Amino acid sequence: MSSTRIAARFAELKAQGRAGFVTFFSCGDPDYATSLEILQKLPAAGADIIELGMPFTDPMADGPAIQLSNQRALAAGQTMIKTLAMVRAFREGDEKTPIVLMGYYNPVYAYGPERFLKDAKEAGVDGLIIVDLPVEEDAELCIPAKAAGIDIIRLVAPTTGDARLPLVLKNAGGFIYYVSITGITGAATPDVAKVAAAVKRIKAHTGLPVAVGFGVSTAEQAAGIAACADAVVVGTALVRQIEDAVQNGNDAAQDVLEKAALIAAGVRRGK
Amino acid sequence: MTNILSPNSYRTGPDEDGHFGIYGGRFVAETLMPLILSLEAAYEAAKADPAFQTELEYLNAHYAGRPSPLYFAERLTEKFGGAKVYFKRDELNHTGSHKINNCLGQILLAKRMGKTRIIAETGAGQHGVAVATVAARFGLPCTVFMGATDIERQKPNVFRMKLLGADIRAVTAGAGTLKDAMNEALRDWVTHVEDTFYIIGTAAGPHPYPAMVRDFQSIIGTEAREQMMQAEGRLPDMLVACIGGGSNAIGLFHPFLDDAEVEIYGVEAGGKGLETPDHAASLSGGRPGVLHGNRTYLLQNGDGQIIEGHSISAGLDYPGIGPEHAWLRDTGRVKYVSATDSQALEAFQLCSRIEGIIPALEPSHALAYVSRIAPELPEDHIILMNMCGRGDKDVFAVAEHLGVEITP
Repeated sequence: MSSTRIAARFAELKAQGRAGFVTFFSCGDPDYATSLEILQKLPAAGADIIELGMPFTDPMADGPAIQLSNQRALAAGQTMIKTLAMVRAFREGDEKTPIVLMGYYNPVYAYGPERFLKDAKEAGVDGLIIVDLPVEEDAELCIPAKAAGIDIIRLVAPTTGDARLPLVLKNAGGFIYYVSITGITGAATPDVAKVAAAVKRIKAHTGLPVAVGFGVSTAEQAAGIAACADAVVVGTALVRQIEDAVQNGNDAAQDVLEKAALIAAGVRRGK
Repeated sequence: MTNILSPNSYRTGPDEDGHFGIYGGRFVAETLMPLILSLEAAYEAAKADPAFQTELEYLNAHYAGRPSPLYFAERLTEKFGGAKVYFKRDELNHTGSHKINNCLGQILLAKRMGKTRIIAETGAGQHGVAVATVAARFGLPCTVFMGATDIERQKPNVFRMKLLGADIRAVTAGAGTLKDAMNEALRDWVTHVEDTFYIIGTAAGPHPYPAMVRDFQSIIGTEAREQMMQAEGRLPDMLVACIGGGSNAIGLFHPFLDDAEVEIYGVEAGGKGLETPDHAASLSGGRPGVLHGNRTYLLQNGDGQIIEGHSISAGLDYPGIGPEHAWLRDTGRVKYVSATDSQALEAFQLCSRIEGIIPALEPSHALAYVSRIAPELPEDHIILMNMCGRGDKDVFAVAEHLGVEITP
């Protein structure tokens, strides 16, 4: 492949003149089979890029909804091996939708960074977001990932000042993930005007597309963000569907996919 | 970076990126990274500022009650029938433990940085009480995150913190202990980045916390060195301190690290025994991993998921350990051993009866090790143990373990 799946997808979006819809959920939540069904059907529901959470006992940057989703997945027996197996299973039916694994460093470190990058690449993983690996720890995984042909998706926060921005963007690949609030996932609603200014600020330093997430939960908000960013990331709102479905004995996959389709329509309205 | 097995000095770490060998570092989300960097800059400036040091010295002397005494535990020495046992009496500090040493330093730094709100995590409540105390003293609002399980077993300290005006947030995630409280404090910090200063209680977390907490706690070892020279005309042969995150231990150890003739022992919480899953001995039973901003030894399963520590002492049941201890373990400079719940409980009672000192359950672990090793050593051998906290907070929990009913 001459271009990566992520670059190809953003090129398509550009040609279509619209923002992308990036979905997040924890791999293995509420169980492996349901999770695989969600993963396989998300592209048809409107997901352009899929972020797959690698469950961890201590998700320090996440709010209660995603904390619980990590716990459900782990309680159902999810492991790194099963997460990579799910990506492989997905790739059997989908060669185009980019998959980004997102999570915390310890499970990757325990698996062995080198072995992880090799297995992830083989499974069909396109990018990595490791929340607790800032640019200061690039030697751990970022540099080897680049060499292995996996993009490190960099998080940029409202606290990332202009002086620091070039440093943060230095080894970035795929797209930039702008964290729209100072806080944990799903905790607050971003201010669209501030987000627009931040996206502009980031774009002054990089040619990579900018996705915006942390706190986008409705189709309306997604439309607002889509108007000023290259992609919108939604996680908590989808994960809550799983939580509700488990509690009420409903079909988790169906509920997540319906919600995703609703927000996807909002993203497509955005521009 | 490789491990240096016999460095010229054990006291020069960390490097500029906060590494002690392969341990330490700054594993935090980007949102926090700029804050960590500004904290580091502010701490470096404060360290070099005589006015900061003068104010800290004043508060240490007149507010915390330093220097804490060095005490020859004559009756225990007699009972053990071997080495001479000395206690560094940090349990006599204001608030009842060594935690105040660090909190005074950090609150002065918070003030310097213009922060207007204080947050902290606590396990046994000793750190929470010390933070609530300094926050009251400096007139800053304070929120303490504490695991729901710990709130249940440390009621006296919870009430103390409330009296001091702190807002206590019960954390129900996970097992509701120290690890979960730290997660929640980090989540609060990332949400209130502008005004909030996070006073971490142990020598762990992202750089510069491990080094900064160690520096503030090193007053323990610096004083003890001088006091021992006065009392015995020489350095002790052996240091012993309990280890949860490891702040009291690194405070005692650090000034002695380059004295090759001083043997150093850290005592981890052995819980129900290292052969069971119920312990908190991350150095003896864990392996290197990354949690709460640093690489260190962690209790974890094969898939990198963190396992809850267990100890009778709420101050020791943390699944990690400060990164400098991880490095000192690998270099072999410090030896890490453990004491079980029941051994600590026995030492707790022994010290109360024989010395008239009710120790906290945390240093009771150190004493349990001293009681094991002192009888085997010659009479001219000197053991210096850090009595890092007093046991008033533990009397209800201990009564329960002993099957005694008392009404709080």
